[in-house]
Amino acid sequence: MEWEIVMGLEVHVELATKTKIFCSCTTEFGGAPNTHCCPVCTGMPGTLPVLNRQVVEYAVRAGLALNCDINQYNKFDRKNYFYPDLPKAYQISQLYLPFAHDGKVQLHTKSGRDVTIGIHEIHMEEDAGKLVHSLFGDTTYPDYNRCGVPLIEIVSEPDFRETEEVIAYLTKLKSTFEYLGISDCKMEEGSMRADVNLSVRPKGSTEFGTRTEMKNINSLKAIERAIAFESKRQIELIESGGRVVQETRRWDENKEKTFAMRSKENAQDYRYFPEPDIPPLYITDEELAHYRAICPEFAEAKAARFVSDLGLAQEDAEIIAGSKYLARLFEETNAIANDPAEVRYWMMTQVLYFMNERGVQAEDIKLAPEKFAQFIGIVKAGRINRQVGKQVFESMFFGDDSFDVEAYIKEHDLEIVDDKSLIEETIAAVIAENPKAVEQYKSGQTKICGFFVGQTMKRLKGKADPAAVNAVLAEALKKL
Amino acid sequence: MQITEELVSYVAQLSRLRMSPEETAEMQKQMSEIVSYMDKLNELDTDGVEPLSHIFNITNVLRDDTVAPSYAREDILKNAPEHTEETFVVPKTVE
Repeated sequence: MEWEIVMGLEVHVELATKTKIFCSCTTEFGGAPNTHCCPVCTGMPGTLPVLNRQVVEYAVRAGLALNCDINQYNKFDRKNYFYPDLPKAYQISQLYLPFAHDGKVQLHTKSGRDVTIGIHEIHMEEDAGKLVHSLFGDTTYPDYNRCGVPLIEIVSEPDFRETEEVIAYLTKLKSTFEYLGISDCKMEEGSMRADVNLSVRPKGSTEFGTRTEMKNINSLKAIERAIAFESKRQIELIESGGRVVQETRRWDENKEKTFAMRSKENAQDYRYFPEPDIPPLYITDEELAHYRAICPEFAEAKAARFVSDLGLAQEDAEIIAGSKYLARLFEETNAIANDPAEVRYWMMTQVLYFMNERGVQAEDIKLAPEKFAQFIGIVKAGRINRQVGKQVFESMFFGDDSFDVEAYIKEHDLEIVDDKSLIEETIAAVIAENPKAVEQYKSGQTKICGFFVGQTMKRLKGKADPAAVNAVLAEALKKL
Repeated sequence: MQITEELVSYVAQLSRLRMSPEETAEMQKQMSEIVSYMDKLNELDTDGVEPLSHIFNITNVLRDDTVAPSYAREDILKNAPEHTEETFVVPKTVE
């Protein structure tokens, strides 16, 4: 039988405010355990939480960017549960009237399909603390630094059918929130976390199967593997006559498997009730109009502009525009260098290579556009060739602020050899020292030309213009 | 709504309360009285009345996003029944 996978996502995004959602403790990542804490975020009796206005702004702008209807009148509720990651024994969240609902996100997947994913709702809530479990003993050590960090939870409709749609969705959320400047969305650091609700059904069926919820997935690669594992598990279970149990399953990255979490943790009865400490929130028409007005240009619009105005190929434009940081480097460098094709070349070959192969994150790129543009000027003036350029670019890319392109080229003696007589001399020497290769050439093996070019470049330490070497070589071979 | 002994025990368990059979019986009586008062309130016609979400007629009590110093860790930890120099200590929560 052919099966169809049905998925819905719950994505938690930490908002990049300076302080926590209900108190003035810093939200800075890391820090010694329990040093970013006060009586409010550790749930001491008699304290009064007060909502951070920046949280409201960031949340509403996220809602608008995901095409949601905004509940201008919205409010908070208490979700009660006993677990030591939350010292109050309840989480302040939004259940009955979340601030945003009924949005939609348009996706363009890797295989080129256009898909629309519905957003059921988005609510504001507080993050929980981090629990460190002792390896051998029977104790757990809570660290409440993260407790009270503002989150939005984006609940999608069960509209996902393929893994690539999930990847495209998360990539788009990250890109959108980066452009808005409301979150850094680092999955590895936990500032963006996805729970995947997954069920399977016979293809063509319109009824939903029983779903499981997978938690603890902290990278796009892990999500791909978790979906592959869990869908296969459910299909095999059903095909062997079993049935799927509705439960929460933990993805174990090392074992590459999902595990049922303790049934006690599954028995949830949160006894929600209206939060008496936080008065309702009213978002005015003026605020909404203002947030719409300051909405930045997002990835699709930017990519379209890169294609129409700057002549980039669609695929390249999507990759560069997909990241606020790559797009900024591209645009600011091009503003000075005024050569989009050349800037694109170095970004798509070198920068992307460093990101894919060496794990460089776009937001961590330090390269200044001024320096990048200066480098491009040097390449275009023919002062270094492309091969040498790669070496210079790499040193510049990983170098610190004090890196000086001109000084580097001088110090390493990388300037191009455009002395025609030197190239002629070198080629003559290569020909004289390799009679065997000359014989091969004379017997019609013209492929051997590559050997001569290689030897010549090697002697010139790669600094000659390959086109010039080819031209001089052709002359020399003619004379043989 | 019928308040059974099972329901009282269930709510007690959710709230992490340990109760003797006498206390459970007492709670069952008191909770039944509270819930029957709700029935009384339900006799009122509330069509077209917006639910009250807060007892005061106020909205938007907000603060600016400005960092203030957190508490000294020893002060945060000192009320806990058990703690180390850095963290609270609780019974292990995973298998």
